Amino acid sequence: MKRLVILGGGTAGTMVANKLRASLPAHELHITVVDRDDAHHYQPGYLFMPFGIYNTSDIVRSRHRFLADGVDLVLTEIDRVDAAYKTVHLADGRTLGYDYLVIASGVAPRPDATPGMQGALWGNKIHEFYSLPGAQALTEAMRRFRGGRLVVHITEMPIKCPVAPMEFTFLADDWLRKHGIRERTDVTYVTPLDGAFTKPVASRELATALVDRQIALETDFAVEQIDNDTSELVSFDGRRIGFDLLVTVPLNMGADYVARSGLGDELNLVPCDQHTMVSLEHPDIYVLGDAGTLQTSKAGSVAHFAVDVFVHNFIDEFNGRPATHGFDGHANCFIESGNRKGMLLDFNYTTEPFTGNFPMPVVGPFKLLKETRLNHIGKLAFRWIYWNMLLPGRPIPMIPTAMSLAGKRVEQDVTPSGTGMPTAVAPSSPPPPPRPARPKLETKPLASARPAKPSAAPPQARPAPVAAASTRPAVDSTATDVLPTPIIPKF
Amino acid sequence: MPTTLIAGRPIDVNDEGFLTAYDQWDEKLGAELAHLIGIEMTDAHWGPIRFLRADFPGRGETATLRRASTVGGFPIKELFELFPLKPAKKMAYIAGLPKPKGCV
Repeated sequence: MKRLVILGGGTAGTMVANKLRASLPAHELHITVVDRDDAHHYQPGYLFMPFGIYNTSDIVRSRHRFLADGVDLVLTEIDRVDAAYKTVHLADGRTLGYDYLVIASGVAPRPDATPGMQGALWGNKIHEFYSLPGAQALTEAMRRFRGGRLVVHITEMPIKCPVAPMEFTFLADDWLRKHGIRERTDVTYVTPLDGAFTKPVASRELATALVDRQIALETDFAVEQIDNDTSELVSFDGRRIGFDLLVTVPLNMGADYVARSGLGDELNLVPCDQHTMVSLEHPDIYVLGDAGTLQTSKAGSVAHFAVDVFVHNFIDEFNGRPATHGFDGHANCFIESGNRKGMLLDFNYTTEPFTGNFPMPVVGPFKLLKETRLNHIGKLAFRWIYWNMLLPGRPIPMIPTAMSLAGKRVEQDVTPSGTGMPTAVAPSSPPPPPRPARPKLETKPLASARPAKPSAAPPQARPAPVAAASTRPAVDSTATDVLPTPIIPKF
Repeated sequence: MPTTLIAGRPIDVNDEGFLTAYDQWDEKLGAELAHLIGIEMTDAHWGPIRFLRADFPGRGETATLRRASTVGGFPIKELFELFPLKPAKKMAYIAGLPKPKGCV
């Protein structure tokens, strides 16, 4: 009998435990899930708490209740993993030997990583909604808010649910209007990235999303510390942003036991293969959910699709067959845009969010990258799906594991446009040369719409985000399609 | 995806102008890219650029400012001085790497 130990009983840990329990008999594979408590949080719900849409009882359930019979749940802190001896050391001194280990302990906000974040203003003017206590405290702060400077801030990437801060900003804008204090409030979105949106199609589609809502944008902001005396975010280059209410996303890091075990990088993320989720260091350690270095969003939908791929591979290998499935980085996320509308994003490692319909061409019913009522309903309905279908490991109909291009308006060579209110341009950069005419957008005709890929993704060559040029044929510099002058990005 | 002439060589770039092929870069090109955005490379500039280049293949993504600082050893304050206003984007451009991105 082999032993599988799963560290973390959250979204990924629960799904993988349940799916494997359903596929492999208990006398062949013993499955243990370890977590520090019995409280499973529906984390997408934190975003809604400050606006009174969900409360604590809507988003917290017993972990036990969602783990299949035949899965052991051990409630304790983890001290460390001894990978050489394939043993997990628990905080209370117990040990768990394993043949296979799944690290699914996610990422958590670390406000202590930024000087001043947990200073005198913490819990008073400085809040976060990436934890339950944080969301609860912010709910109180929103109730007390009477106007002023509301600043929404991201400390550094990666964060789980990367669009949540933008969703919060949209919902806050809405909420302030409803409460008649929007006029009295300045809303600013502060990001370390070079724009509110960084993918070309999304940047174009959402170019006015912030301006339309009178939300100011501050980009390339690397927070050095928070000045609790002056209530200001201070960046490494001396910029200061004052606030009356700061909603920050602290640095996200993996669990501390990962560091104690020598298994993670500087953020306690476990380096893993992009398609098989195998640890790059240990072939019997797998990383699921947010805990690894997958080059896609840290999101529940990603965990779901990656778990599907992992389960196929695990069962194959367990039964002596080679693993043939590869995860494509698929993410499918509803995002709130305020006013009881939402947007849907569907993308993967090699395909950015496009417009179009999902999951089916034309009939959808969900629209991609467009604000609709139905998308908002989808987001809210997802909570039921999460508890009743996703966690138990039931397949979600119509949603393929691998991303499909069906219904998408595929665009090539899109020039990213403005990202809301412009930020200052470095005076020393030369003016950009005239750009070539934008190539014709390639829309997929219905007749040749590709059918949805089967849920088992075929193995793919490892696509690095930047393709190696070593096999690229030499480009003829006299060819007419070589532009004589370089394209210079906006700085 | 366009191909443009930079420093006399045809280089594949995306529509924003960032290089798309890791192996097409060399330091001469890097110096030219820097020159195009008004930066003259010194040893202090090359340190972080070389770190970004070395760090990229194993991770498949461009290091954030924080990683350049905690792992690379280059204080963020200095990076803002060397590559003003948008250091992460400028360093990625000069290093021939993708700019740091979110999911949308």
